[in-house]
Amino acid sequence: MYGGGNTFEGIKTDSLASEDPVQMAAFEARIARGEKIEPTDWMPQLYRKQLIRMIEQHAHSEIIGALPEGTWITRAPGFKRKMALMAKVQDEVGHAQLLYSAAETLGKPREQMIDDLINGKSKYSNVFNYPTFTWADCCFISWLVDAGAIVNQLANAKGSYGPYCRALDRICAEESFHLKYGHHCVIYLASGTQNQRDLFQEALNRWWPPMMHFFGPSDKISAHTEILMRWKVKMGTNDDMRNQFLDMYVPKIWELGFTIPDPLLKKNPETGTWEYTEPDWEEFKRVINGDGPCNKERLQVRRIAEERGRWVREALKAPQDKYVMPLA
Amino acid sequence: MNNEALKELLYKMADDLLILGHRNSEWTGLGPLLEEDIAFSSMAQDKIGQSYALYQMLQTIGEQEPDTAAFTRTANQFHNCQLVELPNGEYDFSLIRHFLFDTADALRWQMLAQSAYEPLAQLARKIRGELRYHTLHANTWIQQLGTATDESISRLQTSLAYALPFALGIFEESPYENDVISSGIFGGEQELKIKWIKKIDEIISQTQLQLPPIPTLSPVYGGRIGKHTGHLQPLLNEMSEVFRIDPSAEW
Repeated sequence: MYGGGNTFEGIKTDSLASEDPVQMAAFEARIARGEKIEPTDWMPQLYRKQLIRMIEQHAHSEIIGALPEGTWITRAPGFKRKMALMAKVQDEVGHAQLLYSAAETLGKPREQMIDDLINGKSKYSNVFNYPTFTWADCCFISWLVDAGAIVNQLANAKGSYGPYCRALDRICAEESFHLKYGHHCVIYLASGTQNQRDLFQEALNRWWPPMMHFFGPSDKISAHTEILMRWKVKMGTNDDMRNQFLDMYVPKIWELGFTIPDPLLKKNPETGTWEYTEPDWEEFKRVINGDGPCNKERLQVRRIAEERGRWVREALKAPQDKYVMPLA
Repeated sequence: MNNEALKELLYKMADDLLILGHRNSEWTGLGPLLEEDIAFSSMAQDKIGQSYALYQMLQTIGEQEPDTAAFTRTANQFHNCQLVELPNGEYDFSLIRHFLFDTADALRWQMLAQSAYEPLAQLARKIRGELRYHTLHANTWIQQLGTATDESISRLQTSLAYALPFALGIFEESPYENDVISSGIFGGEQELKIKWIKKIDEIISQTQLQLPPIPTLSPVYGGRIGKHTGHLQPLLNEMSEVFRIDPSAEW
């Protein structure tokens, strides 16, 4: 799973004024009671819009995320890694399929979402705009980016929109296998030759800053999203998620004998939270707005895939003289 | 039982499946629609898993362990037919290749379910079930795209004409052909080819595609004796890129 690290820009609440106050009160009361909102239920326009945005962004992250790891399927060392990585990346594409379906229940067709991805209108997780130079980069993603995504997704699975929560429950179950696979790969690098250890240490050095960015801008500077928290669209603050990730995985990274490239990283024994060098949020903004090392390449690959596949999709729409029963 | 004949059969099957599985996996993230992305990935996993099982069987009769066999040989040591090493091209070519190869492969495993070599017969009975889905997938798409738009029909027809001579290379006979037949290991490439022509004709005739008369085509041979197109060695270089950093390391 690649989702999470959603960016919530400042939201316009103007549309709230035109919502029916009685319906709105009933809607908010349902969410407060922990009920799920289903596709045919009444919901405010802003809720619908923000959910589409979030689920769509998550779905895009899955298909774009399949690219940096997918490129290592053909190079995975040995049968076991090759078969596991194929299955893992296939799961991610399957997650995109589930998530596009969840978003479609809110009224936006899959084709339109993919068009918006290609023309740059909608975003995907920033972390996939960085390159995977070596096998160890791929292992970093499988273990730690997936771990970060699980932190986000377990939280989001407790959200208020039924179809998204159900998709996330299935996704998290698969993700837990990815995490085991990724950890297994890293353990082999950690306990292997000096060369293998170096490969992972270098990958860790490269990927640490994007990993810290993954959870989104610090709460001090991120947009106010109280209403989204109240509606259980957003389930935790970016800093909470980041802290949870650090708490679970920094000890595991240290246990394997690797160093994390942040001299200030430590857990404050009094507050129980992690302290770290403030990530470079200017770089985060620059990359999410299209100027990262791989943004153009990722979208270009997606665009080419869409263009090359267009005739296939057209052929599926062509009316058939008769329904052909599958053979074999 | 002639051990060399058995090895020759197992290697060519294992190599076919490894290389085609590798090619199928190249569709990951790039399919014409998500569902096809996922389908090609499933078939890639099955094929590579099947090749792994065959390399393991080869190890039991004295060959190298599977990773060494798959990741360290050079192109001229591979016995796959040239059809499977060709680049994926557009979806039409990948689909036609999948149809032509998997139809033959499903029939081959059906024949092998009666093999006198019991480990192979057992494996065949397991794999037959997987292959059923591969041919179901191929046939459904050939029927759909072979009857849909002018573009889809013409693309499939062009790819069919290009792929058929290579597909006939699947049935290139080995020097041990008589041995495998007489020892009951496998019914032989000729028998398989006759069944294959009947089957692909049955599917193609339900579409607007035309199957050219097979005897007029010149089969592309050579793959079974290690002669390959220029596409195989770069594929193997890529496949073994990490493994070769340190073949004695555990990854």
